[in-house]
Amino acid sequence: HLATSLPLPSERDHVRPRIDLIVFMIDIKSKYSLKNVETSLAYVDASFFLGKVCFLVTGVGRVNACSIEMNAVCKLGETYCSPVLFCELELEGIRASTAQRLLRMLQICAGHIPGVSALSFVSLMRNSNDD
Amino acid sequence: ESVDPQKTAFVLCKAWTLYSVTPLYGFRRARLRHYARLLSAFIAAEKQKGLAVEVGVELDIKVALSSLAELRGSELDQAALLVQLSSRSRASSRNSEDKLVWSGWFCSMFGDDFSENVPEDFTCLPLFLTHGAESYTSLVGSWFQKTFDCCFRRLAISPLNLSWMVAMWAGCKLDRAASAVELVFSVPRLAQPLDISYAIHPEDAKALWDTVQKTPGEITQGEVDVFMDCLYAHFHRHFKIHLSAAKLVKVSTGVASAHCDGIVKILHSQYLPEVLMLLTELAISQIQ
Repeated sequence: HLATSLPLPSERDHVRPRIDLIVFMIDIKSKYSLKNVETSLAYVDASFFLGKVCFLVTGVGRVNACSIEMNAVCKLGETYCSPVLFCELELEGIRASTAQRLLRMLQICAGHIPGVSALSFVSLMRNSNDD
Repeated sequence: ESVDPQKTAFVLCKAWTLYSVTPLYGFRRARLRHYARLLSAFIAAEKQKGLAVEVGVELDIKVALSSLAELRGSELDQAALLVQLSSRSRASSRNSEDKLVWSGWFCSMFGDDFSENVPEDFTCLPLFLTHGAESYTSLVGSWFQKTFDCCFRRLAISPLNLSWMVAMWAGCKLDRAASAVELVFSVPRLAQPLDISYAIHPEDAKALWDTVQKTPGEITQGEVDVFMDCLYAHFHRHFKIHLSAAKLVKVSTGVASAHCDGIVKILHSQYLPEVLMLLTELAISQIQ
């Protein structure tokens, strides 16, 4: 399901399936996309930040078109204890591998992989921060 | 450092195309005349090969290389190196004046962090600015690359860096009446490309920057963000368009203007060192 911003319209709450993973997409060419994500984060229930949220930064292939400061994005990931993935959607190979990664994360968040839960993402992140 | 305005007048009010250059190996400042002769011979040879740059009138290209001690930030910087190509038409009289057809100069303004870590025998002049036909630029560039084993790359300026420039330069105090502060945006993903030009009265822009900047002489990313957000919010209030979703491609102020393709025009000698310092920084970060 794609949405341009949060909150989702409440009229459809009763027919909406369970949400297992929220991927916030930030385009480095658009400052607006970062602002939009920051505003939408306020509408997400705290329980999602236990591994069910990730940030996907797109357009990283074109560094010269960068409108966002990278530090701001990484800080966002740290503040919300959620992983930040980088990709370039215009390259088919990277698009496909990013989609596979997200799908794998979704499977884990939905509980389809025995022995691994969304909480693993949080502990993985804490380990890399301690390095 | 006081800069002799006569010597640096050639920099002002011209559109310079920017390049980053890796350090030059084996460059000797005492041999400038020798280098000029070599470069002149190289250009003549390339023309013989049929890579003629001017069609029609036969032109002899004269090369002049000179050092500009005034154009540097500190004693740790190398003095700027100016390359000038002039032509004298064979058809005209012996006493006719040479016409300047191309100029380019290498410069380092407070680039000491970079030059500190470079081995002996290397000369650091990371910023290269050119004005004139692209064909001459590529001839001069090829000769320097072959002779000093260096590498030239066009210096693109990202929207992030352009917004730093407009915030910094809009805040500069100018004694003469300044021209408007202008930002040009290009809107992506439309059937017909759309450019939006946003002009602000220079005094309003400076007043806004003065309320944002906390410490004079220091600028933070946060302050630049607040400045730009105010401009975006104002525009959105009037036109319901989110400029933050468009691509900033060009900024113009009374001090200087800059285009994302790496083209800069410096209008005011008072801020020449500051502008060159920023451009040197960009060139160095592109090299590293």
